[in-house]
Amino acid sequence: MAVPVTSPPSMQPRDAAPELRFSRKTLAAAFALSLTIVAIVPLYGAFAAASDTRIGVFDSLVKWAPLILKGFGLNLLMSLCAMGIGTVAGVLLGIAQVSSASWVRRIANAVTAAFRNTPTLVLLFMAMFLLPFELRFGRLVIPLSPWLKAILGFSLSMMAYVSEIVRGGLQSIPTTQWEAAESLAFTRSDTLRLVIIPQCVKQMLPPWMNVYAVMIMSTPLASILGVNEGLTITRSAISAEGQPELLAPFYLFLLALFFIYSYPISLWTLRLERRYAINH
Amino acid sequence: MLAIEDWFRRLYDASGINFTYIYDGYDRVRFVAGVLLTLELAAICIVASIVIGIIGAALHGSRFRITNALIRGYVALFRNTPPLVQLFFFFFVLGGLFTFPTSRGVFQFSNFTWAAISLSVYYGSFNIENFRAGVESVPRTTVQAAEALGYRKGQIYLYVILPLALRFSLPALGNTTVSLVKATSLAYTIAVPEVLYVSSEIWSDQLNVPEMMVTIMIFYVSLVSILVFASHKLEKRLRIPGYSAGR
Repeated sequence: MAVPVTSPPSMQPRDAAPELRFSRKTLAAAFALSLTIVAIVPLYGAFAAASDTRIGVFDSLVKWAPLILKGFGLNLLMSLCAMGIGTVAGVLLGIAQVSSASWVRRIANAVTAAFRNTPTLVLLFMAMFLLPFELRFGRLVIPLSPWLKAILGFSLSMMAYVSEIVRGGLQSIPTTQWEAAESLAFTRSDTLRLVIIPQCVKQMLPPWMNVYAVMIMSTPLASILGVNEGLTITRSAISAEGQPELLAPFYLFLLALFFIYSYPISLWTLRLERRYAINH
Repeated sequence: MLAIEDWFRRLYDASGINFTYIYDGYDRVRFVAGVLLTLELAAICIVASIVIGIIGAALHGSRFRITNALIRGYVALFRNTPPLVQLFFFFFVLGGLFTFPTSRGVFQFSNFTWAAISLSVYYGSFNIENFRAGVESVPRTTVQAAEALGYRKGQIYLYVILPLALRFSLPALGNTTVSLVKATSLAYTIAVPEVLYVSSEIWSDQLNVPEMMVTIMIFYVSLVSILVFASHKLEKRLRIPGYSAGR
């Protein structure tokens, strides 16, 4: 039997060519896929409408689509707000995790571990039950509506994820960089700001985007708090119409919405990951 | 034991801090049942998702375009849609379709089964990527050496690629497993009586929300810590110098 040794190892750089081809292929496949998904919904609707004498599935989907889209908009808004708050808090917490004071470090570690290892759903419940109904500062009353509470719950979990990314990024910089900055009489905060952070920002970007993807994927959890986001509206639309054959197209429509938004982001993340990867 | 129960009862009388599941028999039974169900769900999903990952990664590397495309589509679809909506899709849509009248009544999968299927399929797509990355980092020269020694394709995958790929993908596998264990709380939404669900029952009955919240948090954090510890142990045990993710 012939042994299929293709070429001497020195001829094959380990990851240059096949990776590129892979990403291009994936892109094409992805585009075809998302188009198919978007096409499935109306096709299924048309099919059901043709075979059904009652109001067609497609008609009801068209009727409800604007409302579902609006709900999906709230999902995006919540994810962006939570990501903003979570990033700011997480960066601070992450820097605290590499602080020179050991008690700051320990507290930051504990906070990060606690919120990172608790399910987002539990954090949402905490935000829902343990936050007051409204905040009063003297005469100023800020009502905390469910979607605000949901944003706070999501931010807690994002804060912990971002904190861990920042800690990993900061610690990936060789200690010699710290020592060199110290010998040049940089203060600790100047070292962080001018030497360390500029070097690791690029490497923190892909994991940060991954965390954002996780964030979007967890926003439907807010429907449990009664926030009128995509999933809540989809479910109420289905129960308002009261036809079980609507279940599949409505859920597929919502899934497709999330997919269309999230897939380009994940492809882009993959590309950045490849570009910024440290070559060992 | 009785002393501990007594202490918590007195704590409630003195401060209003009410850990009912420690001294109240009824609450304790359902809380323990919830904990066990969470562990069961997590164990089933971990095994199933790893099996899906290994098979998927093997099919991904195969010569056939069609299996490649299928696996790629599956991974892309499931990774980029919310797990909660997937769970609802599985439970309400597929659960509705998978009902057969039998002689002994209507056959249906239970909500626990659907939660297990949905979570396994979702995290299986992550594990395919993990294992694929592991397979890709096996040096080509090692595979060529195996070819030169006359191994067949299946043998190479089983005896050479898989053991090394496993070592490369262990850290990512550990992360995915941690997310999976946390995601078992999603089963709450379809009324699987796991730990979050029974806790919500307890806090509706006893009105001790903060206590239950602290309890669940400690439960999940310690569960995850055990997992992380175990995966580090495993990494160390399996370590071959030069063939681990850190290098």
